[in-house]
Amino acid sequence: MNDAQIKQSIFQVVQSIAPEVDLNQWNPNENLMEALNIDSFDFLNFIVGLDEALGVGIPEGDYGKIDTLNKLVDYLSHKAPA
Amino acid sequence: MAEFLMPSLGADMESAALVSWKVKPGDPIKRGMAIAEVETDKGVIEVEIFDEGVVEKLLAQPGPERIKVGTPLAVVGSGAPAPDNGKPQPPQAKPAPAAIPVATAAYRSAPDHHPMDHRAVAQAEAPAHARIQASPSARKLARELGVELTAVKGTGPHGVIQRADIERAAAVKATPMPQPTVAPKVELPVPPRKEVAPAAQPAAEQFQKNMRRAIAAAMSRANRDIPHYYLQTDIDMTHTLRWLEEQNAKRSVKERILPAVLLVKAVAKALVEVPQLNGYWVEDELRIEEGIHIGFAISLRQGGLIAPALHNADLLSLDELMNAVRDLIMRTRSNRLRSSELTDATITVSNLGDLGVETVYGVIYPPQVALVGFGKVGERPWAENGMLTVRKVLTATLAADHRASDGTQGAQFLEAIKRYLKEPDQL
Repeated sequence: MNDAQIKQSIFQVVQSIAPEVDLNQWNPNENLMEALNIDSFDFLNFIVGLDEALGVGIPEGDYGKIDTLNKLVDYLSHKAPA
Repeated sequence: MAEFLMPSLGADMESAALVSWKVKPGDPIKRGMAIAEVETDKGVIEVEIFDEGVVEKLLAQPGPERIKVGTPLAVVGSGAPAPDNGKPQPPQAKPAPAAIPVATAAYRSAPDHHPMDHRAVAQAEAPAHARIQASPSARKLARELGVELTAVKGTGPHGVIQRADIERAAAVKATPMPQPTVAPKVELPVPPRKEVAPAAQPAAEQFQKNMRRAIAAAMSRANRDIPHYYLQTDIDMTHTLRWLEEQNAKRSVKERILPAVLLVKAVAKALVEVPQLNGYWVEDELRIEEGIHIGFAISLRQGGLIAPALHNADLLSLDELMNAVRDLIMRTRSNRLRSSELTDATITVSNLGDLGVETVYGVIYPPQVALVGFGKVGERPWAENGMLTVRKVLTATLAADHRASDGTQGAQFLEAIKRYLKEPDQL
């Protein structure tokens, strides 16, 4: 799975959680929760959605490694099954 | 035979529009069943009934008109055929004792109150006002001061009119100063649901306006009537969060528990120890509630805030509470709350930690008597046993009604929360 496909999956999960977010305005280097204006419950739903979409269950200890869109894509590209 | 009335779903609700019926004449109904959807300033709410029987007649039709609290919406029969010919009795019949869901809801958890008393007084003294929920002493005072009950907005739990409301109404009558009033809305907006399209923007704006008005009314009243006092304490969460991370590591992603759930549970357990903060200030006295129903403040994406109740939070396991919170957030944001969730909260918890806030000084939601605020958990210097270290620290605050409790009880309560949070396996 390439970065573009991963990004596409992320966007789909975001749309199901925070449908009002304008994905074109999403700054990939901004803190993810702030950029999407989501709380910790939404964030957990986001992680659950990514697990379902990509089969990657991100441990809580790794949350610091995925706090921006760019970092998340990078993280998932290493973890997602090919 | 009973009448199902437009319920009051909060201190700030005067009327609502009937959006839809979930039942039709002839349908059997059970206690706690959602039988209608109404639209308030806080969105579309599923209204539960606290009677059993059979729907005999629907008196109100869905539409944009605002229907006042206390207006009969439907007639509910026992389901048993009448002795003569089995025809349902006319809706003009007097309501049966368990007929009024507002009263039932309002006094359900206070066995020493008898909703029947209020209604009996109402029927005996003022047939025209039979469906207005007011305390007997308020009715008496209204007669003495010449105040029309229909013109008074009840600020007690579930909109019950209290003495203070009559006094205020009498003062308004006596004062020439114009009172700011909210003009009744003729055009009723459809509150935006999650899937709302950009074309529905004006409705969303109107919904936000109504929501702001509802919050404004409740918060102005709180600041005017409630002498708040504030206490705060710092809690070392390092061990607790490590414990939670270990627990979550054993679980699937879906089953993870969030720190906010520990906070709610700790508050619920602390309330068992200090019940003076769990209840309502009504008619110049504290009414402690038995059930611990935590109002969990949830922000809406389109702006505004609702704090629906997590029922019996002290009795739920962390897993059950996590599911309950998740479900409540989802339904709050998609406009699927039930009426009991809007009316039953006995205290409010406001957790602004996700937004980076350190300390929350809350405004109590009347007639509740306390609000617990939590800020973010962050690394801070921490002195303990003569050593300075860095710990993950959370600031918990209590805003409490000084009419109902004193600082001693508030301090005991915060101390209990701290104790429970430090021993998470006891939660």
